Amino acid sequence: MLNNPSRRAVLAGIITTATVPPAFALSEGDARALVDQLVGEINTVIASGKSESGMIRDFEKIFARYADVPIMARYALGVDGRRASNGQLRRFTDVFAGYIARKYGKRFREFIGGRIEVRSARSIRSGYEITTTAFLKGESPFEVTFLVSDRSGKRLFFNMFIEGVNLLLTERTEIGALLDQAGGDIDAMIDRLRRIG
Amino acid sequence: MTTLLAKTRNLNSTILVTALTLLGACTAADRVPGDGIYDPYETQNRKVHAFNRNVDRALVRPVARGYSGSVPDELEATVDNFAENLGQPSNFVNSLLQADLRGMGLSTVRFVMNTTIGIGGLVDAASEFGIPEHDTDFGETLYVWGVGEGAYMELPFLGPSTTRRTVGRVVDAVSNPLDFALDPPEVYYDTAAGIVAGIGTRGRFSDTVDAILYESADSYAQTRLIYLQTRRFELGADVADTAIDPYLDPYDDPYEAFDVE
Repeated sequence: MLNNPSRRAVLAGIITTATVPPAFALSEGDARALVDQLVGEINTVIASGKSESGMIRDFEKIFARYADVPIMARYALGVDGRRASNGQLRRFTDVFAGYIARKYGKRFREFIGGRIEVRSARSIRSGYEITTTAFLKGESPFEVTFLVSDRSGKRLFFNMFIEGVNLLLTERTEIGALLDQAGGDIDAMIDRLRRIG
Repeated sequence: MTTLLAKTRNLNSTILVTALTLLGACTAADRVPGDGIYDPYETQNRKVHAFNRNVDRALVRPVARGYSGSVPDELEATVDNFAENLGQPSNFVNSLLQADLRGMGLSTVRFVMNTTIGIGGLVDAASEFGIPEHDTDFGETLYVWGVGEGAYMELPFLGPSTTRRTVGRVVDAVSNPLDFALDPPEVYYDTAAGIVAGIGTRGRFSDTVDAILYESADSYAQTRLIYLQTRRFELGADVADTAIDPYLDPYDDPYEAFDVE
């Protein structure tokens, strides 16, 4: 039997991409810079004095630019994502981004007069973990951690922890509960998610 | 007076024995299963959760919002300071049991400073001088001693807990050094200040608590998840879920091993 050269080439290609680090390997400096930019933009929105809905719109744009929304959405969907169609996945990702922006953007007024400072970075398997401290008015400073990766091809954050509370895990629990309430119907869950948050 | 005290002590030892029996259950569930949540009493816990939610809706939330809305922030801070200061003797004892020298020093300095120049604990003078806050409990002492977390529990009125934390609460309640030093009515100041401070906290974080209790699809599951993560974070406990990697397989079990390099 002849060796199939095209198949071999494909295989070699897969091995190369798997073992050779991408040319733009993420450095600690890059990861820090991303969080610095992100924090800068968030601080600007906080200081803008816009209405709540204006802030939520801004936050949705920031989220789309700085976060790996598709991977976050798929993670939140959990094992049920395996039976979702491509169309359902696309719609869910879209609706999830808006839901996150509404849910967390609503809380932005608590940040008015506050600031976030980048403190330290450490390497993790998929990239870097950047630890920041949030200083809010009338509250003790607390820790906010961003996980940054370039696995999507771009430098983006894919998870955050607020004082140890994991955003992805929290949202997976929430989406799981919504799915249960919808009797496992992904489309019904998406429709509901569109209206809440 | 003395008979009353003796009775209290007797009751205390009964409670302690019960607590220690409960502790036996902790070690059995030393390691939590794969998803980081060990909740064998979920059915019972959900009933307690529904009860707590009703209590919050009917009583705690309105009182807390009224309190935070009408009482000036400065006065609220004074109550918090007072409650915090009364907790320091207990913090000292737990720091000692944890062999935490820094904690012992912080509790001592904070208690002495705030009780004297802080006018009996009404002013947090220690923080003005840059001395960090220090808070611990017997649950943390048990953690330091290597006792497992045990099962998740939701307690009536008190809210989320674990077996270990519940035992810690009981031990802290019956062994507070202040209770041995003070007589009624001073001895109740501690509890009263604690309750008022707690109501203040419910008012100040009203939006956060409301979001979890009334806006999430399953408030029980959210409360449980957030409580366990927060408590483990406070204790500095290593948890698998702090390091989930959605890039490995986003649909997969999030608690797959994930090493920090």
